[in-house]
Amino acid sequence: MKHEIVEKNLGLMIVLIILTISGGFLAEVVPLFFSKDTNEPVEGLEPLSALELEGRDIYIREGCHVCHTQQIRPFRAETERYGHYSVAGEFVYDRPFLWGSKRTGPDLARVGGRYSDAWQRQHLYDPRSVVPESNMPAFPWLFENRVNHADTAAKMTTLQTLGVPYSDEQIAEAAAEVEGKFEIEALVAYLQQLGTVISEKR
Amino acid sequence: MSTFWSIWVSVIVLGTIFGCWWLLLATRKSQTTDTETDRTTGHSFDGIEELDNPLPKWWFYLFIATCVFSLGYLALYPGLGNFKGLLGWTSYNQWEAEVQQAEARYGELYAEFGDTPVVELAENEDAMKMGQRLFANNCSVCHGSAGRGSLGFPNLTDDDWLYGGEPENILTTLRQGRNGNMPAKGMMPNMTSDQVDQVVNYVLSFSDRAKDPEAAKAGEAVFAQACSACHGSDGKGNQAMGAPNLTDDTWLYGSTYGWIKETVMNGRQNQMPAQGERLSEDQIQILAAYVYSLSN
Repeated sequence: MKHEIVEKNLGLMIVLIILTISGGFLAEVVPLFFSKDTNEPVEGLEPLSALELEGRDIYIREGCHVCHTQQIRPFRAETERYGHYSVAGEFVYDRPFLWGSKRTGPDLARVGGRYSDAWQRQHLYDPRSVVPESNMPAFPWLFENRVNHADTAAKMTTLQTLGVPYSDEQIAEAAAEVEGKFEIEALVAYLQQLGTVISEKR
Repeated sequence: MSTFWSIWVSVIVLGTIFGCWWLLLATRKSQTTDTETDRTTGHSFDGIEELDNPLPKWWFYLFIATCVFSLGYLALYPGLGNFKGLLGWTSYNQWEAEVQQAEARYGELYAEFGDTPVVELAENEDAMKMGQRLFANNCSVCHGSAGRGSLGFPNLTDDDWLYGGEPENILTTLRQGRNGNMPAKGMMPNMTSDQVDQVVNYVLSFSDRAKDPEAAKAGEAVFAQACSACHGSDGKGNQAMGAPNLTDDTWLYGSTYGWIKETVMNGRQNQMPAQGERLSEDQIQILAAYVYSLSN
């Protein structure tokens, strides 16, 4: 084929470019859509409760995922520090997942239960009061704002249509569960369940 | 991976590599000489023409080399569907090998320390070096790097213990964690604000600091009803339930009138997270010895 033909026929060039760049996607990503490992939850995995779900949205809103990853890689250095390495089945209800790609702070994939609720609250209110060398910002407004419960049920309904097994009762009770709660309560509830479905000695 | 997806992946991967190879050879221009030709692509802008020279040889062979490399890589490592690769490498195997290597290096040491009684272990310098590292990684975030604690997080260097400072107590605390729970207003949910003032004064009177001796006197009855079930009628606490001694000068949540009032009004909840699921039994033994050594 003459170079010139491709260069002068935009439609043909678009088709050839798409073909060229889709190879990696077709081979590396598409098979995972149909794989058991990535679509079946690990044993014992439960969808987030209404309060934890709102906590997750606060986690996203405050940009926690920008500095904290939620994925432990299978290296001894990581499993010694954080616990069992992450497996795909832990994230099947995460939409979108919050694996992150940058660790300014430590990985949070298994932070659940690692510290007390009181520590988590104090650390979020004033990080340097418990970790003097920390460069994490403080989030004092979480202790003043209440969780917005207007959309909680709608969020859960959306997730339900995407395949997260919420029962209709859970959705009906969602707003009442989070109403009047402070944002810090939701965020700590979310953090305290992270990664607790798999526990194994390191 | 099912057979279909295995074939799907293999076909795309190999097709891409051989496709690149074919493209490289099919578009190759005469390489018989290294000299530049005067052929142009026909593009001309403001009299500047684009030459149509062949790829430099080193560049061309570099492309070929990457294709050969990728085939070698696919033969050794898993990349073609269900084919495991000649080396049998997986990320899980790699992790396991790392762990085994560490086990071979440190396992004996850990096993030896794990079998040593806590009190004896606390005298062992090497074990305490390991203990310090373990403490820094797992405990210092709450208890401080020197183990002195802070408001709400117990000081481990003094001889005052909520749940007991004997080796067995420390081991239990580490393995199972602890849940401290003081209900608001103790056992007397309808305590009036006058009674709060009285009982706080009474608690202060244990250390001779009552602001209002009259109120402190009246507080004795309130204390007996609201607090003595856990803290004891003499206020000396109860290690079996983690109720602090109120007569000494160690205060987890502040010692002043204001702090104690806050504690009485709202109660206190606190947890020491269980480590039994996170750390090995040997590591817990070493940590218990380190904590024991901080105050003995």
